[in-house]
Amino acid sequence: MDANAVQSADSPFGLRFQGAESNAGATLVRRARWADRAIAVILGAAAFLSVFVTGSIVWMLLTETVHFFQHVSVQEFFTSKEWTPLFANPRFGIAPLVVATGLTTLIALSVAIPLGTIIAIYLSEYASVRIREILKPTLELLSAVPTVVFGYFALLFVTPVLQKLWPSLGGFNMLSAGLVMGIMIIPYVSSLAEDAMHSVPMLLREGAYALGANKLTTAVRVVIPAALSGIGAAYVLAVSRAIGETMIVAVAAGMQPRMTFDPAEGAATLTAYIVQVCLGDAPHGSIAYRSIFAAGATLFVLNLGFNVIAHYLRRRFREEY
Amino acid sequence: MSTAMLEPTVVANHQQVSGRGDAPRLEMLTPEFPEALTHPAKAEVRHLNFWYGSHQILKNVSLEIRERCVTALIGPSGCGKTTLLRCFNRMHDLYPGNRYDGEILLHPDRVNIVASHTDPIEMRMRIGMVFQKPNPYPKSIFENVAFGLRLRGVTGSELRDRVEWALRSAALWDETKDRLRDNALGLSGGQQQRLCIARALATMPEILLLDEPTSALDPIATARIEELIDELRGQLTIIIVTHNMAQAQRVADFTAFMYLGRLVEAGLTRDIFENAQEELTREYVLGRFG
Amino acid sequence: MEKMRKAIHRRRQIDRMFQLVGVVCTSIGVTTIAALLVFLVVKGANHITWEFMRSYPSRFPQKAGILPALVGSALVMLVTAVLAIPVGIAAAVFLDEYAPRNRLSNLIELNITNLAGVPSIIYGLMALGIVVYALGLGRSIAAAGITLALLILPIVITATREALRSIPREIREAAFAQGATRWQVVRYHLLPYSLSGIATGVIIALSRAVGETAPLITIGALSFIAFLPPSPLKSEPPFVSFEWLSSPFTVLPIQIFNWVSRPQPAFHEIAAAASVILIIFTLLLNSTAMILRRRARARLSW
Repeated sequence: MDANAVQSADSPFGLRFQGAESNAGATLVRRARWADRAIAVILGAAAFLSVFVTGSIVWMLLTETVHFFQHVSVQEFFTSKEWTPLFANPRFGIAPLVVATGLTTLIALSVAIPLGTIIAIYLSEYASVRIREILKPTLELLSAVPTVVFGYFALLFVTPVLQKLWPSLGGFNMLSAGLVMGIMIIPYVSSLAEDAMHSVPMLLREGAYALGANKLTTAVRVVIPAALSGIGAAYVLAVSRAIGETMIVAVAAGMQPRMTFDPAEGAATLTAYIVQVCLGDAPHGSIAYRSIFAAGATLFVLNLGFNVIAHYLRRRFREEY
Repeated sequence: MSTAMLEPTVVANHQQVSGRGDAPRLEMLTPEFPEALTHPAKAEVRHLNFWYGSHQILKNVSLEIRERCVTALIGPSGCGKTTLLRCFNRMHDLYPGNRYDGEILLHPDRVNIVASHTDPIEMRMRIGMVFQKPNPYPKSIFENVAFGLRLRGVTGSELRDRVEWALRSAALWDETKDRLRDNALGLSGGQQQRLCIARALATMPEILLLDEPTSALDPIATARIEELIDELRGQLTIIIVTHNMAQAQRVADFTAFMYLGRLVEAGLTRDIFENAQEELTREYVLGRFG
Repeated sequence: MEKMRKAIHRRRQIDRMFQLVGVVCTSIGVTTIAALLVFLVVKGANHITWEFMRSYPSRFPQKAGILPALVGSALVMLVTAVLAIPVGIAAAVFLDEYAPRNRLSNLIELNITNLAGVPSIIYGLMALGIVVYALGLGRSIAAAGITLALLILPIVITATREALRSIPREIREAAFAQGATRWQVVRYHLLPYSLSGIATGVIIALSRAVGETAPLITIGALSFIAFLPPSPLKSEPPFVSFEWLSSPFTVLPIQIFNWVSRPQPAFHEIAAAASVILIIFTLLLNSTAMILRRRARARLSW
């Protein structure tokens, strides 16, 4: 089989390929086809596993919560202002946990959203490519630090510093937990929002620049409106992270359920309560065991609610270039 | 061999061309590649319709592809020439929403390529393809050529021999024999495209489909590919889609002109360019639209 | 004219001021990282020793170490990686290369997006009910590994899909045109070409898993463990053993949490030391991922 074969009148082409004709070749091809079909089934099963996981989550939360409500009245759950499932005379009002979750989330967002948005505008509209390439990954390190370490930092560094300014601040308090949580979620806001602003076509900006607008006006009037749905997605992710964050609040805001709107006090969030019960020994099937699923279900519904709202907002404000 | 002897074949296979022939025109029918007209059909497209979703792209196309000849498909962009080409190896099956109706019979076994019960993989095993943009795999030069052979169970020294043979056939051996392990993306555009041809030749296809193979190349690289096609003429059935009419004239024995999903006219290349029967064809080859 | 010049001047000043605000905000983030690292290193400096890494936890902070936590973290990560990597890649390949565009595949896609937003402690609750009790795996390394694998699955899937999508269509068509089956295209082309992208996602996912605390507390990881899980290697045949999978365990973040929760400052110091070691691991993983990502981007010139 050399180059001369090509030149000869008896062309090798047009004959059926030997490999496919011979038995060995045909078997090989047939086997490949069967393998393809078998593998498709395996891969499909892997993809379907994710649906199964969601199903398991919903199923677990639902069944245990139903059991929970066989012992606790729905009215008690939603109206009582005390949450003391582990006491001899237990009370099951979810309000203190929800308030603490809301308060820490609010503090975190009041840090993360303004800072994250300003950083995103700065990185997208002002910073040079080189600075952006350095700063963005550096900021993303913030979300790489394990949250338990952030909890430690909040409890043993931020709280003592704040206590110097504000002596009445408790050792456990929602303020420092919320602040540190806010810093932790800055990169979620800044990176996603920056991605969204960055993908706004230069053409739109040029329109504003041509009218003599400065960078800030262009950013606020042109870039942000155009990138609104991406920025919104970033905010939703931030809310999601803040609501579900566990270790920072468990470590720095304490694990005592308490009905308070004072950020200087410590109070257990939904997540911190779950941690508290799991650290102890709640027997499988006990009311304490079921109460963590009720708290978990509340958290899940809150989180889902935000995501659904965001989904509809995104649909309404979908940008079109 | 007198041209008169050839005429019946022409009449039988190229209805659009034949019928109105008088003596001077028969002179024109002398092909550049004299045996072309004696070659039997390698594939017959019969009343082929093709849809993507609800959009019909090919409308009742009938065409004969002669064995070991070069057939060019020409026409303005969007006329369906690439779509027709991609029917030959069922590439449309990779994407949803395709529907074939009609036949493409592949000789000698007369299997209908586009029948739903025909296995597209088997058809692709028998028919090679080279694409518009050179698309070598980001692997070594050797592995690029070897992949198709490995799929067919070729190993060891036979594999090496066939890779060498394919690279020689694509006139690439001398340039690459010392760098077979280098990444193919390091080759120039023209070399990459010849590598893609070598890759297709290695498995000795019955038909080679070329989809505007030189549209992304410079004139010198284009000339080399055209030389290569010329060398392969007479050994391999080639169908080439081109938007370049000069190229069709240079390389093709037969030319088919398509417009708006229909086959307007097909015949010997010289006929199509110098003596087309249809007004539309004449206008197109004269560059009046397109 | 004078007025206009003034207006332009003012706008330029606003721009300069905002740039300053941007720099300040960014430096708040960067300073926090720096403060965190310095604080931990200063606080834990006395304890970051080989002895610390080789010792068991103890009631006496001076003697306490993180050996079981390190071993526990390593083994849990092993289980997580072994489960999440193949399953995540398989799911991504299915969604991008196999699945027909229909309601089922849309449902799976939507579902994966939503799973990525579910708080990690919820995964812990699910695992507590299903993995620990229903499947009867108990509070074991296997249960922890499965929990974290499910948690990072959406990250692995999303990263793999992104990597697959960056491969041009022409490459797929070339391989199909040669008669390859779908699986042969995936196995010999798509997976090898997207390897660095996939690796980036996997490493980022694992670095997230290694620092995860809440879901493991939920499934009941013990925090005082003064022993190691049974060795996976045995001296007699068959030389390997999977007993360790059912062993109780602790991991580094839980050990840190345990020490932070104690009132004595001496424990806070060793918690800082352990935090430094945990951060070093996660930063190593993250910088590896960043380097890989850069390399993946550089290769994208096809």
